[in-house]
Amino acid sequence: MSVSVQAEDFDITREVAALTSGRTDIGAIVTFTGTVRGKNEGAELSSMTLEHYPGMTEAELARVEAEAHARWPLQGTRIVHRIGTLAPGENIVLVVTASAHRHAAFEAAAYLMDYLKSRAPFWKKETDASGAGRWVDARESDDAALERWKAR
Amino acid sequence: MTVTLRYFAWLRERVGRSEEVLDVPRGVTTVADLIGWLQTRGPEYASAFERAEVIRAAIDHAHVRQEAPIAGAREIGFFPPVTGG
Repeated sequence: MSVSVQAEDFDITREVAALTSGRTDIGAIVTFTGTVRGKNEGAELSSMTLEHYPGMTEAELARVEAEAHARWPLQGTRIVHRIGTLAPGENIVLVVTASAHRHAAFEAAAYLMDYLKSRAPFWKKETDASGAGRWVDARESDDAALERWKAR
Repeated sequence: MTVTLRYFAWLRERVGRSEEVLDVPRGVTTVADLIGWLQTRGPEYASAFERAEVIRAAIDHAHVRQEAPIAGAREIGFFPPVTGG
């Protein structure tokens, strides 16, 4: 289990290797990467800036990660979330899950992303071509995504 | 009671600072009370905390509901619904 909040980009290959190095008990690795869309609701973005709550962010991501481990048989997980100003196309977030079998890895990756989006204290501000900034509104669909995990 | 308050995203912009240490008056016992008290501290607070129902809070780095008691809190964070990922 490990969590990083960082300005730098991440290297998926390196992150997966760090999780699996020297192990033979892993049969499935799922990676999810979130990237900056160049358009949101029709408007062109020039950049996106991510603010977070230092200290709470790491604590909340670790709690979400521990919940995933309590729920599925996971051999390892890794969460990397970037902060600062990012250009369209750049990476924002990486989630890696490793398990003996694919179902646990797939489900845990989806769970981690759903909970990260609803609980981890990050806020996105979009800047358009004119330089005007706009805070992104939370989506109700992100809260709805959590319901499927509560139902089981 | 003395507590550190931290503000994020548009709340931070409206209040005009990212954190401050305030002496909270007796009688302010919950997060909702604290929001109500902050609203009276000036136009910047009134603007930041205008729509109290959309504001989220954390006590000592853990999410709480607005009815949560603030006794013993060292740090209380206020922010809009999160939009990471």
